[in-house]
Amino acid sequence: MNRGEALLRWAAPGLLGLGVLALWEGLVRAWAVPDYVLPGPVAIARALVADWPLLSASLLVTLEVAALALVAAVSVGGLLAVLFAQSRWVERALFPYAVVLQVTPVVAIAPLVLIWVNSVTVALLICAWIVAFFPILSNTVLGLNSADRNLADLFRLYGATRWQALWLLRLPSALPYFLAGLRVAGGLALIGAVAAEFVAGVGGSGSGLAFRILEASFQLRIPRMFAALALISACGIAIFALLGLVQHLLLRRWHESALRAER
Amino acid sequence: MTALSAPVFRHGEAPAPPGPLVSLRGVEKRFANGTLALAGVDLDIAPGEFLSLLGPSGCGKSTLLRLITGLAEPSAGRIAWAPGHEERRRAIGFVFQDPTLMPWATALDNVRLPLRLAGVPRAEGEARAAAALARVGLAGFERAFPRELSGGMRMRVSIARALVTQPSLLLMDEPFAALDELTRHRLNDDLLALWAESGITVVFVTHSVFESVYLSTRILVMTPRPGRVVAELRHDGVPAPREAEYRTSAAYAALCREASHALAAATGMAP
Repeated sequence: MNRGEALLRWAAPGLLGLGVLALWEGLVRAWAVPDYVLPGPVAIARALVADWPLLSASLLVTLEVAALALVAAVSVGGLLAVLFAQSRWVERALFPYAVVLQVTPVVAIAPLVLIWVNSVTVALLICAWIVAFFPILSNTVLGLNSADRNLADLFRLYGATRWQALWLLRLPSALPYFLAGLRVAGGLALIGAVAAEFVAGVGGSGSGLAFRILEASFQLRIPRMFAALALISACGIAIFALLGLVQHLLLRRWHESALRAER
Repeated sequence: MTALSAPVFRHGEAPAPPGPLVSLRGVEKRFANGTLALAGVDLDIAPGEFLSLLGPSGCGKSTLLRLITGLAEPSAGRIAWAPGHEERRRAIGFVFQDPTLMPWATALDNVRLPLRLAGVPRAEGEARAAAALARVGLAGFERAFPRELSGGMRMRVSIARALVTQPSLLLMDEPFAALDELTRHRLNDDLLALWAESGITVVFVTHSVFESVYLSTRILVMTPRPGRVVAELRHDGVPAPREAEYRTSAAYAALCREASHALAAATGMAP
């Protein structure tokens, strides 16, 4: 890829975004739409700057929950996947329950978790973890079972132990699948944290972005609501990009997905 | 030119070799779905020979190799190793049709794998792996990843990996079938040179008459449904490494014709 192409790759979505924002601002002004119905981008930006101390503190709270939930999802999802890969029977016995956790909406579980757990932060963490861990589990299980059959034969031929086959063959084979799951889980951890905050509805100084949105909607401070929403989206995009970078750095030397077509 | 018309292959009348490395008696393999892949195979693999299993797809050649490795068990008959070679994993090197390398590991780490699995210390393993890579002409490519190598070079890495444990038996399952002809010829020559200098026993599966005649000291012709050995051709002639002109010689052509006829007679098709 040459320089111009790289520039275009960033410029195209950027220009499109700017165009949409300009159109939005223009329409809001032309029809004189009041801020409490639909604020324009300029009003939202103003709110973002004015409320930055409040919003950034809440952002940190939400991000902390999302990050911890992701770490927990990686450890528990990864370990469970390795356990599932040891035996078909373990997988068959446990997988349906993992699916149950996945398909039950987190907003329906959150009130229960909030009743059972004293600390709100821990409750939020559990909810975000429930949402984030499944893609890691299912992708890693798939990856662990996708090792090349001939390579597996070779390991058997040379008398590899179960541990050696796991460490030297199955885990590296699973890495690309795990990283794809991680990228999905990163966004889900954030969504899970925000959804659980909505249910918890905790106010005060230690509250997350979801509460700021609720609060702003009660007070009809719609620009602040949009500012909080924009922050959540920006974080989601940043998490996705960051995990994409991790994926690229780990796979660039060997995996097909990281190959750039030479012309 | 009467000398050339005399067959250099003789049909199954060679002197018995001194104690086979592996011997198969009445070996049969029936898969779980009922397919009879091999029936009544008697086979002695003599130490130091270059044996080709020649036959069309589906004649059980690959299955036969897997039975010799112990990765699969015969449903009838038995496979016996010469005393001192029972420890199969040390005695066998295996080369698949695909290079079958770990894409996440360097050439050196791929070649070191069998030593690593056997618990050989890292420094010694790397030295031996580097030496094996040098033997197949890949010195300087230790740090390369498989996708950075050409198809022929990947196959060389695969061969180096098979040789790194210094096995007494090298099993090769159509290793060069996916390569272009020039690369295949060069690998044929290098393989023969390795075979001649190391004295290793090779069992080579192929469906190419030309390749089997060029490489082997003995060819077993196999037929499908069920897979069995139907003819044996012995090659007394040219010692390895072959001269470059050998491929174009009349003697080579005559041998190929003979092997083609044997294969055609066995499979009931015109050569």
